[in-house]
Amino acid sequence: MSLLNVTGLGITFGGLKAVDDVSFAVKPGEIVSVIGPNGAGKTTLFNMISGVYMPGRGKVELDGQDVTGTPPHLLARMGLSRTFQNLQIFQDMTVLDNVLAGYHLQESGSILADLLSLPGMHRRAAKARDGAMGLLTRVRLDKAASQEAGSLSYGALKRLEIARALALNTRILLLDEPAAGCNAVETEEIDHLIAELAASGIAILLVEHDMKLVMRISNHIVVLDHGEKIAEGDPATVSRDPQVIAAYLGAEETEAADADG
Amino acid sequence: MMTARGKWTQLAVLALVIALLPLFFPSGYYYRVGALIFVNALSVVGLVILIGYAGQISLGHAGFAGIGAYACALAPEHLGLHPGLAVILGAVVSGIMALLIGRPILRLKGYYLAVATLGFGILVSMVLTNERALTGGPDGMSVEDLGLRALLRDLGWRLSGGEFWYGVSGFVLLIGAWLALNLFDSPTGRAMRALHGSEVAASTVGVDVARQKLRAFVISAVYASVAGSLLALQNGYITPDVAGFMHSIEMVTMAVLGGVGSVLGATLGAAILTLLPQVLTVFAEYEQLVLGAVMIVVMIFLPQGLLPSIARRIRGRGE
Repeated sequence: MSLLNVTGLGITFGGLKAVDDVSFAVKPGEIVSVIGPNGAGKTTLFNMISGVYMPGRGKVELDGQDVTGTPPHLLARMGLSRTFQNLQIFQDMTVLDNVLAGYHLQESGSILADLLSLPGMHRRAAKARDGAMGLLTRVRLDKAASQEAGSLSYGALKRLEIARALALNTRILLLDEPAAGCNAVETEEIDHLIAELAASGIAILLVEHDMKLVMRISNHIVVLDHGEKIAEGDPATVSRDPQVIAAYLGAEETEAADADG
Repeated sequence: MMTARGKWTQLAVLALVIALLPLFFPSGYYYRVGALIFVNALSVVGLVILIGYAGQISLGHAGFAGIGAYACALAPEHLGLHPGLAVILGAVVSGIMALLIGRPILRLKGYYLAVATLGFGILVSMVLTNERALTGGPDGMSVEDLGLRALLRDLGWRLSGGEFWYGVSGFVLLIGAWLALNLFDSPTGRAMRALHGSEVAASTVGVDVARQKLRAFVISAVYASVAGSLLALQNGYITPDVAGFMHSIEMVTMAVLGGVGSVLGATLGAAILTLLPQVLTVFAEYEQLVLGAVMIVVMIFLPQGLLPSIARRIRGRGE
């Protein structure tokens, strides 16, 4: 049974069909990647699934429940979490506080308990702190816990964002280019991390440009071009698909032409 | 970055300053100035929660101070309420007003709150000025005594008006600072700071952004209201100026000058801008000019405010 079901999803920006009639499903423990040339609509698709954009057409189902257009903070309650292509870190907060913000749903009680610093708040906070430190250890940032997040390296921030996204009882994680801008070592770390998460039963939906990474870890690949799904299947099938090859070669040609121009 | 240990350090510093400052007072008059500083600092600490934690701007907080002040003037006279209870009534009314204004406005992104509160502040100030029969109009009205000082005198503790209000305002400021510092390192405070950092990221980890902004707004309104009440009670007299637009701007400037994310900084900002007109009497005529200049200079040279910038410099030297 699929955890996430996307059916006929589409959105139009000023007459341009950014995403059109895209359908696929993700099961628990499965890694599904969405690939496609720049501007194919991958991030837009993510924004619709995660409630940041209201889809124009189609349906998003989580655990069989229709969640189309549900705001992100309510999706978070249902265990859907995400990271961002352009990092969205709480720069002025400590590394630990960034992850603790992810514990918001489990941790928060009454505002009075927070204002008066009541024992109940401390109990919840201590529990959240343990969990957060555990997650930081998992992404190897435990030593940086009390540093201001803004002082971390790019690769470390990418891992911090994943740790924060895992802080809710995450059942499905949307990763938007987790390896972008990372060097080979950092990419491999993230690769391991994603495989580990999937092995623990979390469903992963991944947008990534690093084809080697995608081909290595994905169970299933969805290919988008100009907002439409042009192919779907396991890595071997997709990489042999003539339409996929054309889309990618075409994109490379245009990019080369842009670079020459 | 502030930690739980930092909370007690900051409170201890504040308590020491409040306790020891009178040793340097050349005359009893300075108790009055000190009390005024603490009252201003209290409303600025409220703004630290709104602006510094949650990243929202209000240009009409004097409106809430006005509600608090006039609650203390009107409720004892018309409802027979004890002035102390009138403070609570004012705080409740301010909180409800903030809820009513904030609820629709804070669902929107952007600076709508600043515009809405600007309108609200002007509205309150106009009502207070024009409802002559009730409020005495621009001439203001007198405020009943709290009665607590007489009670202390009967118990054998003789305090001058200045000394008494210095103590009361300092005590309330300490409580306000304690609450604000508790909030900083709590789930709610983290949610507020998170949405300040990135609204979209905060919402994807489960923060109800509109709700947390509203909480910050209501809490800060209550701070301003209590500060307005204290001002009315210690002066024994109140005019609509307390709710005026310039007072709102003064509060924001104090917060920005001291350091809008820092409770101690807010107190420092309040102290400087309260003292300035006392020291330089010419300042009174150019108040708007000076406030504008302070705002510009701080924004350009010390965007984090006075205290955090100094702290950073000291730490930088230590390393």
